[in-house]
Amino acid sequence: MKRHIACLALLSVISTGLLAGIAHAAPSAESDVWASLKQTHFGDRPIARGAGVIGLEAPVRAEDAAIVPITIKDLLPADGKRRIDKLWLVIDNNPVPMSATFDFSPLAGRADIATRVRVDAYTTMRAIARNNDGKLYMASRYVKASGGCSAPASKDPDAAQANLGEMRLKTREQTASLGEIQDVQLMLRHPNHTGLQMNQLTRLYVPAHFVRKISIDYAGEPVLNVDTTFSLSEDPSLRFSFKPRAPGELSVRVVDNRQMRFAGSLRIEPMTAQAATP
Amino acid sequence: MNVSKLLSWSVLAALILMSPVTVAELRAFEVSEITPGVFVHQGRIEPMSAGNLGDIANIGFIVGERCVAVIDTGGSPRVGIALRSAVEARTNKPICYVINTHAHPDHVLGNNAFTGQDATFITHEDYAQALGARMQIYLERFSALYGQPLSADVIVPPDRTVATTVSINLGNRVLKLTALPTGHTNTDLIVYDVRSATLWTGDTLFVHHIPVLDGSINGWLAIMQRLRYIQARRAVPGHGPATVAWPRALKAQRGYLNTVAEGVRAVIDRSGTIEQAIDTVGYQTCNQWLLFDEYHRRNVTAAFVELEWE
Repeated sequence: MKRHIACLALLSVISTGLLAGIAHAAPSAESDVWASLKQTHFGDRPIARGAGVIGLEAPVRAEDAAIVPITIKDLLPADGKRRIDKLWLVIDNNPVPMSATFDFSPLAGRADIATRVRVDAYTTMRAIARNNDGKLYMASRYVKASGGCSAPASKDPDAAQANLGEMRLKTREQTASLGEIQDVQLMLRHPNHTGLQMNQLTRLYVPAHFVRKISIDYAGEPVLNVDTTFSLSEDPSLRFSFKPRAPGELSVRVVDNRQMRFAGSLRIEPMTAQAATP
Repeated sequence: MNVSKLLSWSVLAALILMSPVTVAELRAFEVSEITPGVFVHQGRIEPMSAGNLGDIANIGFIVGERCVAVIDTGGSPRVGIALRSAVEARTNKPICYVINTHAHPDHVLGNNAFTGQDATFITHEDYAQALGARMQIYLERFSALYGQPLSADVIVPPDRTVATTVSINLGNRVLKLTALPTGHTNTDLIVYDVRSATLWTGDTLFVHHIPVLDGSINGWLAIMQRLRYIQARRAVPGHGPATVAWPRALKAQRGYLNTVAEGVRAVIDRSGTIEQAIDTVGYQTCNQWLLFDEYHRRNVTAAFVELEWE
């Protein structure tokens, strides 16, 4: 049964690829998958074009379908009158298209996100932003990559298992200026197994094991909450921003689908930054 | 092997061509005896395609006084059949071993041409796990690529595995098999023919063909440091000429991997992104390698996600 589904997916990849190749353009932004998802998650609310509000960068053709780097950019003016308080990341043709949601507090400063995702079949990818006035905006990209969800779990499964749970937090600048937006990269050693990776010699699927929630606080106040799925690549990496107003501790808590918990923190001092302490 | 790329390019090629390639089209299948008893078929330096039927890796066999060891079997059942015919044309001794140097499709999809003959299939100890995880994808993609279904029995599980080293005797001819830690892949096995001092490297060594990283860049560089001390008269690389000078042939690959590693580290050190690394690192090496455009960016991607944890 599984094979059949995969074969159908492959055929659709081929036909979509041909169409895309001939037209030299992404297919219509209104796929059937999206029409259904849109109804489920947003009902009849209008979604405007993202220009000037939200941008999405992704490679046209990904080098590795299991590691497709994407960047969601907050394009609102920095005058603070409007801000993005929620983002949805949708990958239409992945097994679970609603790949991640991001809830930003004002402490986030800016709704910029960079991460890496799995892409299972040629697909439209979407970032939908909600402004704090409730209006929705969308940016989309068409990405040619396939097999990212059923690809082997790891180049080195033994090493992946041995390192599970190791966390790093890095700031872009070595010095952190209070009141200014800081860029942070969160890295977690986690297989983020999809549950779709079968070992045909043992006839067993590698059980699903993936990050569900990432909660990021600063000095006890929420900055960013992420709900996610196995669409994030192995060893999830998340770049985000936050705006420290006073010295404090940036703290990260992660829960996966097996209720395993991981935590790390980074002390933010004026003009200094220290290494993460898992 | 870059399977996503293979899908995107080659499936389209298969659809357009739509004509099954026959054994006759592999009649140009040649083996050269690089030293007495050591026969190499040089694969084309191309991605796997409907046109080449996966005949892109260096494969071959070593003949002892009692029997023959086949080393890698090519990227499709047809290449495997062509290799078996080449063995039969050169010797009437039986095939007692089939050695797979790692679990990539261009080296193993010819395996079932050698089943049913009492040959023992030997691999690295992690081969079955790695190939099992990739098998479904390989079967689907290469069935589509070649325009004809590959059955699951093209994947032949090993009868015997190597955790560290194993010696096998072909009759007054001993082969030393050494399992490597993760480098090109996590299933690499090298073969040393003691009589001729020939080192069969599998894809631990690429020559002219850009190295393809599917394991660990640091691991691969460390392995090369170790292997250079092997006193071999010649080596058979996984891709490139049938025979090359050893250890001199390591130099270009070491240079490339060091360039990629250093370039990626520099991007990571300034908090750059994986996209910036893909766009900027290693392009000064592009004239030194064939298939650079096919594999380089993927190598940088793999190196980045490894090295950002240093």
